[in-house]
Amino acid sequence: MHNKPQLFHPQAEAALANPELRANFRGAMDYLRDKRQTAFADPDEESAIRDRSEAIRQRCLSKLPTLLEQLEANCIANGIRVHWAENAEQANALFADIIQSHGGTLAVKGKSMVSEEIELNHAMAKEGIDCLESDMGEYIVQLGDETPSHIIMPAIHKNKQQVADLFAEHVPGFKHSLDVDTLIQTGRNVLREKFRSAHIGVSGVNFAVAETGTLCLVENEGNGRMCTTVPEVHIAITGIEKVVEFLADVPPLFSALTRSATGQTITTYFNMISGPRKSDELDGPKEVHLVLLDNGRSQAFVDEEMRKTLQCIRCGACMNHCPVYTRIGGHAYGTVYPGPIGKIISPHLMGLEATQDLPTASSLCGACGEVCPVRIPIPELLQRLRREAKQEPRPGVPALRGQGAAKSNTEAFVWRSFSLLTRYPVLYRMMSWCATRLRGLMPSKLGPWTRCRTAPRPAARTLRELMAERKK
Amino acid sequence: MSSTIRIYPAKPEKVYVYATCLVDMFSPQSGLDAIRLLELAGVEVIYVPKQTCCGQPAYSSGYEEDAKTTALSQMDLFPEPWPVIVLSGSCGGMMHHHYRRLFAGSEREAAVNQFCDRVFELTEFLVQVCRIRLQDQGPATSVVLHTSCAARREMKVHVTSRQLLGQLDKVELREQAYESECCGFGGTFSVRHPAISEAMVQDKTRHLHDTRAEQLISADWGCLLNINGAMEYQGKDLQGTHLATFLLSRMEGHNAQ
Amino acid sequence: MSTARNAILHRLRQAQVKPLPVNNPDYPVWDNTDRNTMLSRLTELLQQNHAEVIRLNPGELIGTLKSRIEKMGLKRIATGTGGDFHAEITEALAGCAEQLPFNQPLEQWKDELFNRVDAGITGCHGAIAATGTLVLWPGSAEPRTLSLVPPCHIAILKASTLHANLPAMMADQGWAGGMPTNLLLISGPSKTADIQQTLAYGAHGPKQLLVLILEDA
Repeated sequence: MHNKPQLFHPQAEAALANPELRANFRGAMDYLRDKRQTAFADPDEESAIRDRSEAIRQRCLSKLPTLLEQLEANCIANGIRVHWAENAEQANALFADIIQSHGGTLAVKGKSMVSEEIELNHAMAKEGIDCLESDMGEYIVQLGDETPSHIIMPAIHKNKQQVADLFAEHVPGFKHSLDVDTLIQTGRNVLREKFRSAHIGVSGVNFAVAETGTLCLVENEGNGRMCTTVPEVHIAITGIEKVVEFLADVPPLFSALTRSATGQTITTYFNMISGPRKSDELDGPKEVHLVLLDNGRSQAFVDEEMRKTLQCIRCGACMNHCPVYTRIGGHAYGTVYPGPIGKIISPHLMGLEATQDLPTASSLCGACGEVCPVRIPIPELLQRLRREAKQEPRPGVPALRGQGAAKSNTEAFVWRSFSLLTRYPVLYRMMSWCATRLRGLMPSKLGPWTRCRTAPRPAARTLRELMAERKK
Repeated sequence: MSSTIRIYPAKPEKVYVYATCLVDMFSPQSGLDAIRLLELAGVEVIYVPKQTCCGQPAYSSGYEEDAKTTALSQMDLFPEPWPVIVLSGSCGGMMHHHYRRLFAGSEREAAVNQFCDRVFELTEFLVQVCRIRLQDQGPATSVVLHTSCAARREMKVHVTSRQLLGQLDKVELREQAYESECCGFGGTFSVRHPAISEAMVQDKTRHLHDTRAEQLISADWGCLLNINGAMEYQGKDLQGTHLATFLLSRMEGHNAQ
Repeated sequence: MSTARNAILHRLRQAQVKPLPVNNPDYPVWDNTDRNTMLSRLTELLQQNHAEVIRLNPGELIGTLKSRIEKMGLKRIATGTGGDFHAEITEALAGCAEQLPFNQPLEQWKDELFNRVDAGITGCHGAIAATGTLVLWPGSAEPRTLSLVPPCHIAILKASTLHANLPAMMADQGWAGGMPTNLLLISGPSKTADIQQTLAYGAHGPKQLLVLILEDA
């Protein structure tokens, strides 16, 4: 029942036809853009912190395999158990093993996009394990059997009326109210009981520090702390790209992240976890596990240009500023990561065949690249993926899953002809001569163009002709 | 995208003009007006009639090999070391930035980069190199300006169009909501994803129209084809004019078409 | 899953990426180290984030705690079993509220801590002026759930432990040389804007954060 990238076109059209959804997104994006703008009031400061963040991420990626081994060694020294997974299936099997070895039936989850990526909740449900989302937005999304529509604000597609209706349907004893405090208190009360009783806590990771074997978590609600402190077992899952070399790399990235994401100078909580409860400690999980997931990331890594995709720190600023995302919202993409970053990471996670419509769904306006805190050249990577979707693998360039899936002989012929036309001015002149002379015959309907525009009318004479006359 | 600040040369004696395929076919008057403006700014303009298209449509569709052959054919047309003035931020972005990317690591890299260094967008060249001073001879009017995304974010020349309009005493520049947001053209994007493009251009036309400005100005014919087509479809009488045409009309004291 | 491990590392290594040297372009960080300026900024930012801040002399701690607890109507208060202010806290609570020292593993009184405790009191390891942040370094004397589970968190901070910014504090104290199991930065009471971008406090953590800053220098 959930959306798929293969159905991007109909999903986008459905979203565009939903005025309430569009108003929800426009309002939310305006809010987040304003917040970011305020947080980066000084453009020189913005530029400097982006330079620093980009440099850190590039350095850390340049040493990725070594840093992963160092992270693993330091985590193990700290008492954290480290697991590796190639894909969703392996990661879910690891979760099931760990949870079942403790006889756990309830897991509370902090916000983790990687756990969405492996569809952890569904996989655990099949094993008889109840995996409950505890971030307020994620909780709302899970109640409605939906997926997050934004990586930072998962329930951004809903307004408070819709949330209240959802609570009225699913939360016993909820007295219908549109007061946001009341709605939040309702969620708090339900989830508090779950934090108290769950054996297992699951979280994502914002930065994994190789130097110290530390897992860093950024949040405002406190549910991340609950999940990683109260249950007896904490399982963290992260993509392999999240590792940073030094503890000192964390402050600039953290600052870039919060300012870009929600315009906050800092979030309410920054949680640095470096091991399970020690023998003299009275709380904290008795076991901490870290699952390192590849799931297509190494495909992006081996290509020098596409490696930049992995610089991402998941702030969501690219979606907040994307004119396409703002209009169609997150669900239309049919991928876990929506918006501009989703368009460049999803082809690695899911293959280009399934995701071929995503790289083209951009006017290449560049708004995403302009705000990216780690300066990922998103428009260039979209451009690159467009190319790879159309072409067979080439020697010397690592092949992508689903490469060439969008290849079309007709389109190839069109662009070959175009190229020919532009290289032979005589041909080009004939074409433009025909277009200007026959402009009266120009059809008034031009397929997709004229669904909302009149057809463009060529001028009576081309500039070339006018210039020839001007010279005389 | 490089964030380095561009260093501008002194005003040369001669320049090439790259009119772009859209100007050639849909608005040759804009091309003539831009050439006249450059001449008024004190440079001799060389128009090479063999020029066709910069290759961007093939490039942004993923057909880089075809774009490369087109790019090579265009660069060959401009052998002298004169600046190449492009009448569109979008084509300017292609020729100033993306040509570099297309030939990076190839044997032609150095030559291509030298060519790219010579490429300027029209308003950028008028302001930063020619340091043009405009005398406003026209009647009082109000305008709203649409700047293309490539001009704004690739060429970073959104300020120069505003500076030029700012030199005109009797022209009031009206601000639109969401000024920096894309109009939804994006070349082949508008036909590959027509529903999304439609939603974008509808918002853009509304924001432009809501300013109640008498005239709409842009330095990019790609955006103008999109915006003007949508305005006309909606029955609105606001139709965009190329900035070059507007500026020339102000200097010559008549209303732009 | 050592096969997965080796396969992943093998693929990454095949790319033969040249390690980049450390290149850290400067970026501006708030770094005024004047004591009063730092204190004002900390106070202001904490207040902006809906924390209540009281600045006092060390000698006023017991009295202030007593009066605040009475004013806030807190009846049952969890505390640590040690720490810089344990004696003062114990004295302040005497005859004012029931003190529940955290002297057993969480599992043994989880239900009580979750449902029948009004507040938790902790000291702070330090604070950061740049962002208006308290630094907590929980341990056996002051476990981590003290600052998390009760609906109100009262934090006591010595002004002398204030640092200008996070990078400076990390470097000065050599955090990279040895991290505790849990190190926390707290910059206000728990909050969320997940419903229609409307800010609401007390999402899951404490709804109230009271910071007592002892001007000890």
